[in-house]
Amino acid sequence: MDPTARPGAAPAPRPLPHPAVRLLDVPYDQGLKEVFWYCREMVEDPDFPTVKKWRETGGKVLGHFQVYFPEELAHAAGVLPVKFRGAQVEREQADSRFGSYLCSILRTSLELAMTGRLQVDMFVTHPICDAARNLAGIWSRNRPEPAQILYLPQNPNSAFSGTYLAQEYRRVLGDIEEMSGVTVSDEAIRGAIEVFNTNRRLLRELYSIKRDTPWLLPVDEAYVLTALGGIVTREEHNEVLEWALPRIRERDARRQDKIRVVFEGGFCEQPPLDLLLAIAQFCHVVDDDLLIGLRWILSDVPTEGDPVANLAQAYLDDSSYSPVQHDLRKPKEKMLIRRIRDAGAAAAIVSAAKMCEPGLDEQVAYSQALDEEDIPYFVTEFEERMTSFDHLQIQLETFVENLLFD
Amino acid sequence: MTSTISPEDLVGRGARDGAALFRDWFTELGTAAERGEHTAYVFVMGSLAEIVRTFDVHTVFPEITSLQTAVRRVADEYLNLAEDHGFSPDVCGYVKADYALQIRKGDHPMGRIPPPSIAVLTNACNTYLKWAEIWERLYDIPIVTVDVPQSRKAPDNGGPTAAELAPDQAYVQFQMNELIGHLEELTGKAFDIDRLREVLELTNRMGRAWRRVLELNRAKPAVFDAMMEGTIYLGVANALRGTEAGARYFEDLAEEMEYKAAHGIGPLVDHDTEHRLIFVGVPCYPIFRRFYQLFTDWGGVFVSSTYTWFASGGLNLDFEYDLDRPLESLAEGVLLSVRRAVDSMLFHDRYLKEAIDAFDADGVVYHPVKSCRTVSTGLADSRRVVLDERDVLCLYIESDMMDKRVVSEAQLKNRIDAFFEGLESRRIRKGMDAPTASTAPTT
Repeated sequence: MDPTARPGAAPAPRPLPHPAVRLLDVPYDQGLKEVFWYCREMVEDPDFPTVKKWRETGGKVLGHFQVYFPEELAHAAGVLPVKFRGAQVEREQADSRFGSYLCSILRTSLELAMTGRLQVDMFVTHPICDAARNLAGIWSRNRPEPAQILYLPQNPNSAFSGTYLAQEYRRVLGDIEEMSGVTVSDEAIRGAIEVFNTNRRLLRELYSIKRDTPWLLPVDEAYVLTALGGIVTREEHNEVLEWALPRIRERDARRQDKIRVVFEGGFCEQPPLDLLLAIAQFCHVVDDDLLIGLRWILSDVPTEGDPVANLAQAYLDDSSYSPVQHDLRKPKEKMLIRRIRDAGAAAAIVSAAKMCEPGLDEQVAYSQALDEEDIPYFVTEFEERMTSFDHLQIQLETFVENLLFD
Repeated sequence: MTSTISPEDLVGRGARDGAALFRDWFTELGTAAERGEHTAYVFVMGSLAEIVRTFDVHTVFPEITSLQTAVRRVADEYLNLAEDHGFSPDVCGYVKADYALQIRKGDHPMGRIPPPSIAVLTNACNTYLKWAEIWERLYDIPIVTVDVPQSRKAPDNGGPTAAELAPDQAYVQFQMNELIGHLEELTGKAFDIDRLREVLELTNRMGRAWRRVLELNRAKPAVFDAMMEGTIYLGVANALRGTEAGARYFEDLAEEMEYKAAHGIGPLVDHDTEHRLIFVGVPCYPIFRRFYQLFTDWGGVFVSSTYTWFASGGLNLDFEYDLDRPLESLAEGVLLSVRRAVDSMLFHDRYLKEAIDAFDADGVVYHPVKSCRTVSTGLADSRRVVLDERDVLCLYIESDMMDKRVVSEAQLKNRIDAFFEGLESRRIRKGMDAPTASTAPTT
């Protein structure tokens, strides 16, 4: 079976409204600070105004749960890929669909859909953990839009995994075509890859600023700029980044003598922005795994040849790491040590969302490896809906003082 | 089927023999390392025991060794040790008990568990992956994953077509060949396909008998309790999969159950009527016997259990290995069994409704546990669907399979008593009398 064979698939005109619809109204004329505020409002708004606007113009939306989804496939069909990353909302309807001992992001993601705050035309989850893989069943029992699981391979070490994943991507692409009514050509996918390659390059630049000159870009600001990509077209995201990056570099910010740390534990459920702000008071976060799915692929994906196979290969062989991907080439604790070394960090914040089994499991391995390497670390847990950070601040301040006076 | 054994010896033989076989299995494991024999750590969902056994490598099922610490009421020692090493109270208790077992050099209440020479796992449970990573760090052994793609959506009535399954099967078979390469390297033995055929045939015999045992529980009264006795049977089904002893055990068990069905012998000794229940989830092992009694005290019998679906390694499926094409057939079997096991946890509402009808169940007991999110995450939601579409009562109780800190017996009893009061009053309202005639199904 040739997984790339798509008889009858003919290039289709790029469907409307993509990418003509502008979802953002960025106040560029008011300067960087206002742009950051605007981005933060967009990212934190639990009514997802950008997605609403897209749908109002007739656009289709593919919602995908954390961590990684090949958004290029949706983009090529003129569908807006939207990352479900939970939200700070009251759980009025979804809680009754779940038992105890579960993380919050599952519940708030379903809550967003059930309350109509974030409406999608197709929902995709992944077997990233035992809870998230249940979402397809729960979603399909509670929502009319089709819900499914994208089986990203958990054996990237098999020589067959690339072939398998390309087939799986083609399968999902078929469902996207059915949902959108658009036949997607390889040329359209190549076009999408180019847009996303630009996006990946810009995000790498963003992170290099954070690493090299962290006083210019606190973790909370870097976060909102990154997260914006999950709720708008990549073209608009690229536009914002291209405008912001040179201005960040030219910022008149005083260099501060803060501890350089790596924040680990933000690959799925997201810590509240205020928690990141609290960390930024005491530390320069020079690297992290926040929304790692948006930065999963590390360099440009080739556009020559089979673009779907290229995406699959990049997922496997040119990618970051997270506790939810099992890859013998990437022992997580060694990857964290490398991240710390590459970023020139002096310490790590090893965090996990409450009830997040992969994250909590990994904390043990991380702690043991950091002990062996004699790298100081701070272990904590968070929940997306937490609102009080006083205790954390005191602990973190003590941790930092211990380092400074050690 | 005829037997020369007396009825007194026949009834209860499955439980007795199962316990004896289990003890023998543990004893053999305890001396494996001394004999210089290799041990593979494998899991119940997609154990690939047939391939491992072909190389004469022992299998250890860490899920089973962990749950035995809870059944034997020493799990807290293991959990505490793992938590002292940094594990969270909120992660899988099986993993923590096993981690502590390794730290304690295999010291287990049933013997000494040898360390792994290799670990073989599927992605049927994500925690398998995290678990194996712990062994990788502790032992630096080969960790071989066979990634088995599962249902992408809630299965419809037709199920997947052969064409839909073909790409997934090719992926599984390729990985199986990679596993064989690892085992050849580990053992220094060449893969023997005729030996695999022998093992597959033994599994076929086990499966045939196991399906008959499950089917016989449609009888009224039921012939065994699917949660209590079913767990014993599951232990043998996994530990002795693909062995002559395992095949003979299940054939004997089927004989016993045929006899019980024909003579109207059920698991309840002091109740004339039974409330026919289906169990969803994993049992409460820290108080296993008492948990069982909370139901039997009211005449509750578990006629079926999702545990017997997802933890039997696919033996519940109407599938037999084709010995003319053993590797292809094994790949198909692994794919189908893991797929169905996971469906039984993620998309089980459809299968539950079928079971309610087939077993004429009065109620469904959902038992989500802190330790296992695979099994537990969707239960509250699936209960709503089942309640909407079937005329049964449902009970939803939460505790754990390992951690007695989250097991509140008094609270469980209150909920269970109220559930049975509802069942009793419902029976009275409907003017129902418990059936007395044996209605053993036939094949």
